[in-house]
Amino acid sequence: MRRSSTTLAALFSASILALTACGGGGDDTASDGGSDSEGGSDSGLKVGLAYDVGGRGDQSFNDSAAAGLDQAIEEYGIDPQESAAEDGESESAREERLRTFVDAGYDPIIAVGFAYEAAVAKVAEEFPDSHFAIIDSETVEADNVANLVFAEEEGSFLVGAAAALKTETDNVGFVGGVETPLIQKFEAGYIAGAEAVNPDIEVQSTYLTQIPDFSGFADPARGKTAAEGMFDGGADIVYHAAGGSGGGVFEAAAESDNLAIGVDSDQYETADPSVQDVIMTSMLKNIDVAVFEYLTAVNDGEFPSGITRYDLSVDGVGYSTSGGQVDDIADELDEYKQQIIDGEVEVPSAP
Amino acid sequence: MTRVLRALLGLLAPLLALVAAFVITSLVLISAGDPVGEVWSEILQVPETRNVANIVNQACVLYLSGLAVAVAFRMNLFNIGVDGQYRIAAFVGAVVAGEAWLPGYLNTALAIVCAMAVGALWAGIAGVLRATRGVSEVISTIMLNFISTSVVAYLLREAAVREEGSNTIGTKEIPEGSRIGPIPLAAADSGPTAEIYGFVVLAVLAGVAYWFVMSRTRFGFDLRATGQSTTAAVASGINVRRMTIITMMLSGAVAGLVGLPILFGEAYSYGSTFQSGLGFAGIAIALLGRNNPVGIALAALLFAFLEEQSNPLQILVGVSPEIVAITQGVIVLTVVISYEVVRRFLTRREQSRVAKAERPADPAGPADPAPTQDQEARA
Repeated sequence: MRRSSTTLAALFSASILALTACGGGGDDTASDGGSDSEGGSDSGLKVGLAYDVGGRGDQSFNDSAAAGLDQAIEEYGIDPQESAAEDGESESAREERLRTFVDAGYDPIIAVGFAYEAAVAKVAEEFPDSHFAIIDSETVEADNVANLVFAEEEGSFLVGAAAALKTETDNVGFVGGVETPLIQKFEAGYIAGAEAVNPDIEVQSTYLTQIPDFSGFADPARGKTAAEGMFDGGADIVYHAAGGSGGGVFEAAAESDNLAIGVDSDQYETADPSVQDVIMTSMLKNIDVAVFEYLTAVNDGEFPSGITRYDLSVDGVGYSTSGGQVDDIADELDEYKQQIIDGEVEVPSAP
Repeated sequence: MTRVLRALLGLLAPLLALVAAFVITSLVLISAGDPVGEVWSEILQVPETRNVANIVNQACVLYLSGLAVAVAFRMNLFNIGVDGQYRIAAFVGAVVAGEAWLPGYLNTALAIVCAMAVGALWAGIAGVLRATRGVSEVISTIMLNFISTSVVAYLLREAAVREEGSNTIGTKEIPEGSRIGPIPLAAADSGPTAEIYGFVVLAVLAGVAYWFVMSRTRFGFDLRATGQSTTAAVASGINVRRMTIITMMLSGAVAGLVGLPILFGEAYSYGSTFQSGLGFAGIAIALLGRNNPVGIALAALLFAFLEEQSNPLQILVGVSPEIVAITQGVIVLTVVISYEVVRRFLTRREQSRVAKAERPADPAGPADPAPTQDQEARA
């Protein structure tokens, strides 16, 4: 009895550790040495990129930041190093990641994701001569910190309006990955956009997981189930803000002959070809642009600091047109876009 | 003679396990095409003071988690629910401390008591289910983890304060007077400071209390006796149902402490980025430490040390940080296996000795190994 319990415990904890190991994925050293082979490698800039959980290869948030870095590698020949967060790591692990970059001479250091909020605030104070950028957080105020934030609710408003214009059942859905204030911005904008077109529209809304369980961003099976439920409930278009779980939403749409809306990047281009046709449009959150612009400024010898907001007016967010499914409503969407830019329409950022 | 041999083997087993883990990890590195030499020279470097502080802090948290699991292990209960227990307890502790109904350290004490009580009650559910309905605590605690996640997420949304422009939410910050001040390891004029949690002292006290209760009280004896043989426990008048519930609650109470070093020493609130998964690490650590208070401390330090290597390995050597998790898993397995090997060796020796003593004239070898000395070897 006692022995079997110990064996069970050993197997259990070993498998937990193994699962942790599998969860990482992503090739962390993918861009090593990229600087040597590219042309114009004269900047000598050493850039550290600290990813959120998932790292490069998550086909979503982190990859978007990686795309901006890759572009900078190509154009300026910078010397990059990347490091990804692990699920369930301590605050001090995040801080150490930034400090290790500083100690190894990397400057600037880009922290991808709001999880680094406290760590960047602390480490930026410890090393006033180093420079940092943080994506998705505007609370860190320091001369050596640049805050790159997005108006996700504005882009979501437009795809919400698109969904309301396209739906035939007056019933649309929203699948969020993890219920955080950030993802609630997507939801709030989407609902506002849909209701701006049709005040009587029904919007079904759900989240896959709750804090601190962040698996909702990487669980296609659960995304599929959630979307199936919505399609069964009468929706004919579902928008997802669920990172890697979005693939399941697309599958559900394809199998039930309905439509879906992608997120972050133009998913019509990146998704599996078998579900390409169901992706009506995607809400674009151009993290790659933000990262690239930041590195461009740094390459020009200037370290930006303070908040840079990527909203509709600077095309930091928007919607994609690949596939041509929203071409017929482009005029109406552009009208909403102009109204938001002009401040005539105010988009809520919380549901 | 046997006593000396046993002590020697007791030292040899973990050493053997570490060497085996070293070899296996190296093989993994080689097969992945990673620079083995660089990896080990990075890992075996003398850590800087601030890294030492990080290791001690993380070990403190892992230690409490390991203790919580060990309490239940001693009674042959498998509390997988430490993870859910510490999160719901840390949340309640954070809310109580954040509301600051009492001044200064009274507030801290109240929050600690509340956190332990919540942890105990949450684990107690599984204890009651096991004692009254025979529900396996493995299943019920793992289910309670999910429920804990949802309950905390719901309550956090109700209780949360959110800074304008921030994408994180958290409970109210604990007032300065109720925080547990850090112990500085090295003073720094600029740059990073090296401080360890003041809570480390409480973790050490928890370890001493664990040792005392388990090996110096009647309750601890009852607990261990029940774990080793339920029938013997019943025969000697122990109320096994009552023990099951009390042990689970005790395990949960210790689990309630797990998140508190972070809460009172660093984060000051429970929010989106509060560390998760500590309960699962505790299972591996309790196993590694063989439910011994000193052993668990060493195991916690080893795990914390390995975790601290993940960043330099990634940034300086360019090795995937998953190697750290692999090493941890390999160590757990090799330790369990090497102790099993040593235990079997001792059992066999003991049996042949007994056989010789009982039947001096009988030339036949020892009988088939039977787990008679099982308990003694493991206690």
